[in-house]
Amino acid sequence: MNASSSDILTQGLTVKLEADLDKNFGETIAREAHGEKLFGCIQCGNCSAACPLSVWMDYTPRKVIAMVRAGFKQEVLSNRTVWLCASCYQCTVECPKGIKITDVMYALKREAIENKVYPKNFPVPILARTFFNEVKRTGRINEIFLLTIYYLRYNIFKMLGYASLGMKLFMKRRLSLFEKGMSDKKEFKAMLNQ
Amino acid sequence: MPINDEARVGFYICHCGHNIANMVDVTSVAEYAAKLPNVVLSRDYKYMCSDPGQEMILKDAEVFKLNRIVVASCSPLLHENTFRNATAKAGINQFYFQMVNIRENASWVHEDKELATVKAKDLVRAAISRVVFHKALEKKKVPVNPDVLIVGGGISGISAALNIANAGKKVYLVEKDPTIGGYMAKFDKTFPTLDCAACILTPKMSAVLKHPGITLMSYSEVAAVEGYVGNYQVKVTRKPRYIIEEKCVGCFACIDACIFKEAKFSDEFNEGLSKRKPVYIPFPQATPQVVLIDDKTCIHFKTGKCPQSCAKACDRNAFDFDQKPVTQELEVGTILLCTGFQPFDAARAPYYGYGRYPNVYTSLEVERLVNASGPTGGNVVLRDKTRPKSIGIIHCVGSRDEKTNKWCSRVCCMYSLKLAHLLKEHTDAEIYNFYIDMRTPGKGYEEFYDKLLNEGVHFIRGRVAEVSDWAINEHEKGKLVIRAEDTLIGMVRRIPVDMVVLAVGIEPGKDAQDIRRVFNISCSNEGFFLERHPKLAPVETFTDGIFIAGACQGPKDIPDSVAQAGAAAAQALALIDSGFVELEPNTAFINEELCCGCQVCINLCPYHAITFDETKSVSHINEAICKGCGTCVAACGSGAITQNLFEDQQILSEIYGLLVE
Amino acid sequence: MKYLYYPGCSLKSSGKLYEISLLAVLKRLGVEVEELENWNCCGATNYMSINESYAIEITARNLAIAERMVGIEMIVPCAACFMGFLKTQKYMESDPVTREKVNDLLNKAGLSYTGKVKIRHPLDVLVNHLGTDALAKTAEMPLKGIKVASYYGCQLIRPYATFDDQWNPHTMDDIARAMGATPVDWPLKSRCCSGSMTSTMTGIGLRMNYVILKEAKSRGADVIITACPLCQFNLECFQGKISRKLKEDVRIPVMYFTQLMGLAMGIPAKQLGLKQMLSPSLVLT
Ligand SMILES: Cc1cc2nc3c(=O)[nH]c(=O)nc-3n(C[C@H](O)[C@H](O)[C@H](O)COP(=O)(O)OP(=O)(O)OC[C@H]3O[C@@H](n4cnc5c(N)ncnc54)[C@H](O)[C@@H]3O)c2cc1C
Ligand code: SF4
Ligand code: SF4
Ligand code: SF4
Ligand code: SF4
Repeated sequence: MNASSSDILTQGLTVKLEADLDKNFGETIAREAHGEKLFGCIQCGNCSAACPLSVWMDYTPRKVIAMVRAGFKQEVLSNRTVWLCASCYQCTVECPKGIKITDVMYALKREAIENKVYPKNFPVPILARTFFNEVKRTGRINEIFLLTIYYLRYNIFKMLGYASLGMKLFMKRRLSLFEKGMSDKKEFKAMLNQ
Repeated sequence: MPINDEARVGFYICHCGHNIANMVDVTSVAEYAAKLPNVVLSRDYKYMCSDPGQEMILKDAEVFKLNRIVVASCSPLLHENTFRNATAKAGINQFYFQMVNIRENASWVHEDKELATVKAKDLVRAAISRVVFHKALEKKKVPVNPDVLIVGGGISGISAALNIANAGKKVYLVEKDPTIGGYMAKFDKTFPTLDCAACILTPKMSAVLKHPGITLMSYSEVAAVEGYVGNYQVKVTRKPRYIIEEKCVGCFACIDACIFKEAKFSDEFNEGLSKRKPVYIPFPQATPQVVLIDDKTCIHFKTGKCPQSCAKACDRNAFDFDQKPVTQELEVGTILLCTGFQPFDAARAPYYGYGRYPNVYTSLEVERLVNASGPTGGNVVLRDKTRPKSIGIIHCVGSRDEKTNKWCSRVCCMYSLKLAHLLKEHTDAEIYNFYIDMRTPGKGYEEFYDKLLNEGVHFIRGRVAEVSDWAINEHEKGKLVIRAEDTLIGMVRRIPVDMVVLAVGIEPGKDAQDIRRVFNISCSNEGFFLERHPKLAPVETFTDGIFIAGACQGPKDIPDSVAQAGAAAAQALALIDSGFVELEPNTAFINEELCCGCQVCINLCPYHAITFDETKSVSHINEAICKGCGTCVAACGSGAITQNLFEDQQILSEIYGLLVE
Repeated sequence: MKYLYYPGCSLKSSGKLYEISLLAVLKRLGVEVEELENWNCCGATNYMSINESYAIEITARNLAIAERMVGIEMIVPCAACFMGFLKTQKYMESDPVTREKVNDLLNKAGLSYTGKVKIRHPLDVLVNHLGTDALAKTAEMPLKGIKVASYYGCQLIRPYATFDDQWNPHTMDDIARAMGATPVDWPLKSRCCSGSMTSTMTGIGLRMNYVILKEAKSRGADVIITACPLCQFNLECFQGKISRKLKEDVRIPVMYFTQLMGLAMGIPAKQLGLKQMLSPSLVLT
């Protein structure tokens, strides 16, 4: 038997066993995304067609909803669809069943980060995490710092690609290294550290 | 608890299968009731409404010398009459009966069995304390006027009118438009058999006109309705056509002669796809065959300066520019509402570009385009007169959507298939149907879908997100691009087409709420007329003597509309043939000794049932008009008014029973 | 009338030109603004993906401070902040659990929010409060013959905003018209610019901006105007790179709508930050 025919036996199978599903996944995500409506999805695909990014997704948003509902936790969390969602809310305003798909995507992002199962070295969660820490630290965002830290973590070579743009903006005095932060961070931090 | 020594109450609680027994502990309620004062006997039973259930009441009454009956079960709307009849058969006056609804009021609406049982006991106690003070009453019989009013002259109204008139009864058919026919008159063919709509409809339209038993009142509306089942008084307003209907023979000489050489005004019948003159007839087979003048566009009415060439051309002197609305009074015994639907307004779905891109059409417009007697004589061309080479039909526009209408409109899948077939036949274009779920539940319907699948029409399962003129390649340039996910494949598709057809859904008629008020019936949440029971009384309403049929009751195709019209006609005929109706004796009456003659009640009565007797200086209620609303009873400062079935003692002991264990 | 003003982080850094032109225009129109004291970041989209409660809580803090201050109508120019505020308000209004939790936290920090602050986007204030007639009167140098493609992006008009038509937004077009320019009708008005994806998934981000730039150009627009710092940044700063990479010239002036207004009002280019642009400058005829 050659290698490829044994691959075919084990990889990319189109079967899912009940035992491998996470039956509570749908409920969890529905709760996280403010509503049980996702169980009312009629699989019409309007969300997928409305989505400006679905063409690059591995599962269309409609499919993600179906998989969440059915408990395909592993597949949903490790695919790149949720990380491609730009939160443009087009799907949400078009869904005929009033499902807040964007909120479902957010809930899945949080779930993926919590479970540490997002695609490895995928840039979107890294930026999100960097952003989050920055705000926690300073209360505001300075985009230069933000991007620098992000590229340091993600891919320092990529940064070079942006260096000339950064330089141009800097020369035009559209980026500054030092921005006024919050005048008083005590009470802000107190709130976040609860 | 109030006691009446003479009362011997028999109490029955029904399981209603599991409907009640699952959430209310019926045995415990029966045991509880057995201990209440005046209760001689208490039983629970699986189905009280069944024959054995009713028999039980009969036997018990004899053996235990019962003289009051209380049944705790479902809604009085459903079975009050059943049990009243059983009570009467047992030799007890039927008003010595009281019903307790522990299904809709307890078992169906609660989730805690213990509490639901407590509530059931409370309700039962209230009924038992009330029933002991009931009085023996008799129902009043009044004759039924055999004449029938039918409102709406679509296929439903037409069918019902012919059914009833053929049974020898007199029918008044009131239609608000200048012609009868409804939406069906606009179609070329009808699914699933593709028979020509005109061929099957126009003979019926002219049968209506010619039938000696039918008085057709077109271009008319019902302004007011008074009375009650068997005896309604109806005011009908006839709008001015400015043509004397009896004189016009439909030669159309006036239309040719109109000072407007070119037709200039949007033609409603053709969905605005063609123009008409101020003097016009909706379509050549309009019934009645009488022209009319639209006073909003006619020069005479706008400026008074028209030479009236139309009137001069008429050799029958049919014109009367001074016509005013006329109100006519009718007396009928039963009423059928067949007022139909309105199509969803496609502009409410802005993402499909209706009104923005000229080549986006509604299905109704396309019905006219494919119609041999339509604006283009059946030649399917776009607004720029070119023939479309590719066409997208979008299902569920304004249906199954929380933002617009939640319901499935039931007919659009089928008529979309029909239009796909007709468009293919007329243009040989590539045709794409975008559907969410294909709904073809009807005789021969799935077979029709099969036929289409094999005719080369494309089917894409996906709700269209957008129609736009955004082209991303040469192929899409100058086209309308439809974006949808092909959900069966899992890929988004962009399909450029020349023409888009929006399968608009079915909505309650524009004036459904006004009609509801005039006829004192109810509407469901969506706004369609509410039937008395969704399964068992689909054409009756909660107002006796008023029936509904066709699309005014909910989305429906022609076969179902005609079937309902037949059912409504049969109901009306049954009522007429029974000869009389029984009226609830729940009317109010005035104790002349106590009445101080203040006349407060007179103005309050919504039915004008109260008059003042000058000689005795007291008010008097006309029992035949009183509806038992109770307004005057509550308003009378002297406490002179009593209402049967709602006497103070009855109500107070009911309240006492409810509150005090 | 005086408004509170929440600039948000972007308007203090990459969206600087939005801030200066907005303030210049408002001043010219006699609208007074006062910056919210000691404000914090709104959390934007990134925050929602890590911890939703935090995102809501820190926005609620801004609302609480606003409620304490004089005006209770607050101008929020950044589309992401604007949406974040509306979302927070919506959640606090409709979800008692969130409301209680957030108020608890606020109380501990000595703050409280009762739901009184009205969030308004500058477009809303200009079109629905001042009115286009009043705006037209200030156009000293009407932009005759200039074709403007208004680009609304996403979060400015959906899912919560109600000041404009979600499906066919027009407030920016109204303003352009009031300034004497000619709005062009185009289908990508509210198609997403990819947000921060230009930095994370570069290929996709650039592609999405490409289609927008290309379509605006092919519809004959002389300039694209925006009302969001991220949209403006993406469309303006990456257009050179896009043109080079895809070997197609999609360069076109991309301005904040406030810069365009300023031009028509005769405010000196320098005060509008026009000298600091990277995209070609709008040629006035
Ligand atoms: C595009 C389209 C295509 C369709 N094609 C088919 C098909 O091929 N086959 C099929 O079986 N079904 C088809 N249908 C469904 C069909 O139209 C309905 O089933 C049918 O019209 C229902 O008849 P109706 O008499 O109940 O209502 P309508 O046709 O709506 O008639 C109602 C009548 O009542 C009148 N009216 C309304 N209000 C008042 C009032 N207040 N006073 C007096 N008169 C009033 C109206 O003027 C009208 O004449 C189609 C529907 C659409 C939208
Ligand atoms: S648009 Fe809504 S109903 Fe349709 S597939 Fe997407 S989530 Fe489901
Ligand atoms: S919110 Fe996300 S999933 Fe929805 S349309 Fe926008 S990018 Fe796509
Ligand atoms: S009065 Fe004049 S405008 Fe009116 S219908 Fe007759 S000819 Fe035409
Ligand atoms: S009949 Fe078909 S097209 Fe019409 S609403 Fe129902 S599913 Fe949609």
